[in-house]
Amino acid sequence: MLARAVTYALVGLEARRVEVEAHLPGGLPGFTIVGLADRACQEAKERVRSGTRSAEQQWPRGRVVVNLAPAGLRKEGSGFDLAIALALLAASRQLPPDRLARHAALGELALDGRIRPVRGALAAAEAAGRAGLTQFLCARESAREVALAGVQPVPLRHLAEAVAYLRGEGDPPAGALEEADVALWEEPFFPDLADVRGQERARRALELAAVGRHNLLLAGPPGTGKTMLARRLPGILIPLGERDILEVTRIHSVAGLLSHEHPLVTAPPFRAPHHSASTAALVGGGPGPRPGEVSLAHRGVLLLDELPEFQRPALEALRQPIEDGLVSIARAGGQATFPAAFQLVATMNLCPCGARGDPAAECFCSPQRLAAFRDKLSRALLDRFDLVVTVPRPRAHELAAGSSESSEPVRQRVAVARAHLLTGRLERVPEAGELLDRAVDRLPLSGRGRRRAARVARSAAALAGSEQVLPEHVAEALAYRSPRELAPL
Amino acid sequence: MAAFAAETGVHLVAEPRSGRFAAFARRFDAAGYDAALERRGLRFLPRSAPGFPPLLAAIHDPPVGLFLRGSSCLGLLGRPAVAIVGARACSPYGAQVARDCGRELAAAGLVILSGLARGVDGHAHRGALEAGGATVAVLGCGIDRDYPASHRDLAAQIAQSGLVVSEYAPGVEPAPWRFPARNRIIAGLAAVTVVVEAREASGALITADLALEEGREVFAVPGEITSSLSTGTNALLRLGATPLTSPRDVLESLGIEPPVPIQLSLGEAAQAVLERLRDAPASADVLARATGLDAGAAAAALLELELAGLASEAEGVYRGAT
Repeated sequence: MLARAVTYALVGLEARRVEVEAHLPGGLPGFTIVGLADRACQEAKERVRSGTRSAEQQWPRGRVVVNLAPAGLRKEGSGFDLAIALALLAASRQLPPDRLARHAALGELALDGRIRPVRGALAAAEAAGRAGLTQFLCARESAREVALAGVQPVPLRHLAEAVAYLRGEGDPPAGALEEADVALWEEPFFPDLADVRGQERARRALELAAVGRHNLLLAGPPGTGKTMLARRLPGILIPLGERDILEVTRIHSVAGLLSHEHPLVTAPPFRAPHHSASTAALVGGGPGPRPGEVSLAHRGVLLLDELPEFQRPALEALRQPIEDGLVSIARAGGQATFPAAFQLVATMNLCPCGARGDPAAECFCSPQRLAAFRDKLSRALLDRFDLVVTVPRPRAHELAAGSSESSEPVRQRVAVARAHLLTGRLERVPEAGELLDRAVDRLPLSGRGRRRAARVARSAAALAGSEQVLPEHVAEALAYRSPRELAPL
Repeated sequence: MAAFAAETGVHLVAEPRSGRFAAFARRFDAAGYDAALERRGLRFLPRSAPGFPPLLAAIHDPPVGLFLRGSSCLGLLGRPAVAIVGARACSPYGAQVARDCGRELAAAGLVILSGLARGVDGHAHRGALEAGGATVAVLGCGIDRDYPASHRDLAAQIAQSGLVVSEYAPGVEPAPWRFPARNRIIAGLAAVTVVVEAREASGALITADLALEEGREVFAVPGEITSSLSTGTNALLRLGATPLTSPRDVLESLGIEPPVPIQLSLGEAAQAVLERLRDAPASADVLARATGLDAGAAAAALLELELAGLASEAEGVYRGAT
């Protein structure tokens, strides 16, 4: 009396096939799960026992042994419940075992037999598709993710539905996808640039950042609109391409951030972790590594508000993902690589008390305190911001003025310029190169600073619709270099 | 005698008759002492030596000698020098004035003197180094110490092209009372002292007082009357110090012909921005609005001015060069 069901375990972003083998050897009643199952997985016993009874099925007599193969892979979480229950029922011949073997199953059981969604359904469905399994038993809420992977979902509300479906009784629940109640391509709401009065220079930098996907640092006294500006960047970015949508959705699925109402990530994600975030929260981690904020912001924007308030180790850990666009995490429980091609936007004050840069206030920070504040940011990290803008305090008449340009026309300009940037050659004319050399001699500009300025100049040229990078574009790019006063004293 | 005083920290006017001095004099090997310093890249210049700067020797309480770091010749200390001193926690305005003064006066051939401290001192030294001019840092601690530690690189640069000097022997710790004593050397070496920014009762004012006592010229940079960083300098002005309106004032008082400024060809936009910037410091946005340029063009124009040395930016505010 043996039966098998197929399910998937997450290792990083990847789903590994797990075969759930159920054996009923007879003997004294008991229930054993073997195969490196963690606590949540061991607790499946109680859920499966109750769930099976609630589905009005017979609990097998005698001993029940469930093996999760490969036995060497650590299994975490509650996603194995459904497969365990189905394998048991097949082993006790309450289901046809051969039909079960053609399906993959993923889901958590409630005590009353309902099926709950689990994280990572998209990755699991993709793996199932690659292995040639075309039918995927899952919670109703996960059906959309599964369909996205090109696998036929069998959306289930209750274990009894699964049993009926596998027995071939009644209507297959495949039609349960109700397109109407889900705004699949709904435009996410981003605040509009029209809310920001004045600050033309910072707005211009934001536009350049959107064109070239540059990292942007906004510095200045409190209350000048730094955070407001930063939050408006996603609204002027171009929407994700189809491949990006799948990639980003997979990460968000693994992190368990998708809901039935928003099963797809279609707009560039925007993440703004609080400054108390740990290194693991930012770059990812945990015993079975999970994606961190940098990966959740993949193809989108990571906003670090009040940059110097973050812990220094957490900030330094950002350097690898910024440079490589991915983050590799090694843990005793396994190694994982998460994509992390995000655009970093950060804000900061110019000193701990915040008065610096504000003509109406006087800064009383001691040199030691100021040095400690600036020490938080290494040169190496500051060097990774292509654009640094010091945001001055707006004047009263700017605040009183009417609204400024809204996000929509800016986004259209960005879309045109971005296409131009990606397709055009945009070579530097010799004079522009000379200007760059002159700037390296005269201004505090590192080699990396020079490269960054050259990159930003390309974006400026693209935004101007120019075929070449002219001196004026280089000059503008150099104006956004990181200023001397942000460096450690 | 000078070596004894420097090594023991005793204040001496004439040769003491103590047994301690007698023992020191018996054991003292002048050539060996110099060689030991030499090995560490240091020199000692006693007051009695012919190269001792006459201006410093003329003050009422000159040091018994000076320790020197750096390979420049002693003639550097005899050249006309201007001291630029001021607050450690200076404003962007003070930093810019100190730097511009350091740069322009060094370019005109003057030696820039200061105390290697943070803030105004450091900016004055850096300005002089930028101009490729000579600068001398006077320490308030042992000659081998770098204080503050964050200015270690700056001290090394100064030693390379100029001199670091101190009246204290190697190893002497910095102590609060040594800095006012150091200030008398700064004031003594300088023909002219410029105070850039100073709060009330600050070290820079001590330097100014000492300079006035010796009858040297003192300039003070006028500041905003609402800023506590300007109270010291404005008080000096009230007492009759000469206001510094441009680094040229210093050159004029010393009878030095200022170098002819190079006429730069600026773009039309840059000209317009410079015109506006001469009225008052302003942020890039304000300048753009005043000149009717868009944000990108204004940024390019401002960079042109920065490269030409006609403007500088700090904390989001651009200022025209002095």
